[in-house]
Amino acid sequence: MNGAASLGLHGLAWSDVLHLAGHFALLSLLAVGGAITLASEMQRYLVVEHGWIDALQFNTSIAIAQAAPGPNILFVALLGWSTAGPLGMLATMAGIMLPSSLITFVVGRLRRARRDALAVQAFSVGLAPLTIGLLLATGWVLALPLLGRPLSMLLVPATVVFMLKTNRSPLWMIALGAVVGALGGA
Amino acid sequence: MSDAGDSPAPLLVEAAPRVPRSKTELFIAFTWLALQGFGGVLAVTQRELVERRRWLSKEQFVELLSLSQVLPGPNVINLSLMFGDRHFGWRGALVAVAGMLGAPLLIVLGLAAIYAQFRTVPQVAGALRGMGAVASGLILSTAFRLAPTLKRNPMGLLPCTLSLGTTALAIGWLRWPLVWVVLALGLAGFAWAWHRLSAQRRSTA
Repeated sequence: MNGAASLGLHGLAWSDVLHLAGHFALLSLLAVGGAITLASEMQRYLVVEHGWIDALQFNTSIAIAQAAPGPNILFVALLGWSTAGPLGMLATMAGIMLPSSLITFVVGRLRRARRDALAVQAFSVGLAPLTIGLLLATGWVLALPLLGRPLSMLLVPATVVFMLKTNRSPLWMIALGAVVGALGGA
Repeated sequence: MSDAGDSPAPLLVEAAPRVPRSKTELFIAFTWLALQGFGGVLAVTQRELVERRRWLSKEQFVELLSLSQVLPGPNVINLSLMFGDRHFGWRGALVAVAGMLGAPLLIVLGLAAIYAQFRTVPQVAGALRGMGAVASGLILSTAFRLAPTLKRNPMGLLPCTLSLGTTALAIGWLRWPLVWVVLALGLAGFAWAWHRLSAQRRSTA
């Protein structure tokens, strides 16, 4: 990500970058539970299908975005950057933002007109279990590269318990994860 | 906006006490709240817009949020976009989203650049691995926190469990492309929810 390599496309062709933008634009339309529910699909696309980045780079992008302030959609910017530099970031961010934002803009303006409440309700009711299933898949995919590292694997359930049983900021766990990792435990 | 759908009595949506005076104020407000949001901006958004700046009443916030959740895209981004549009048109929408994303994007890129300089240091690589493990746990905990809401889902517990389980297996384990899974299970869920909801309405009408 440093030096001249960040100005290039990391070996990707222009057509690959367009493909990247197109795929993220498609995902944007499916992002009903927020962008993080799509992380497992992004991992499949970037790591498994195309091999543009490896599983560790993928996890790093998510970890850095989680540790920083702001909407967690920004992990998509980092994924784009590590895949194809600044232009890759533009491709993934424009892709993930534009379609859903246009829909939101139009629907936001139409909402004064009487909408079919049943359709809207059926949409959110029908997709609720799907959204939760996607979150489980994302958590699982992120935990996979940790297999064989006992302390890292212990951090996963520890975080779950911390989040469910206390009201403290997740930053505490992120800090703990960093310390455990830096000391060589993870 | 105060349209309450099919509920028996029209819901009175209390108006907001204040409004943003300029696009600059809007931009600063959204930048400020985004910078406070570690591990999720939604809670901060509620506190800033409803309690501190009082640009939205509680009811207005809930209304905007539920619409944001049904629409595709990140919830807080959708909410900012509709809020900005309401006050300053499409320029306001752009300003609110730019405020939400701009400064945090620079910070994230800065952190990534710092990481790139030091990633060969074993401690740094280890720290990021540890943070990655926590990220996995954070996402799983969100799933576990939301799962109990399915008990009240009008589709019924069995269809919900089937949909949840199939999604998790197909995407996480089998690594099937999301598009087909969401189209198939989403359409089935939508149809079943429609059926159940309209049956419910008929019986209460």
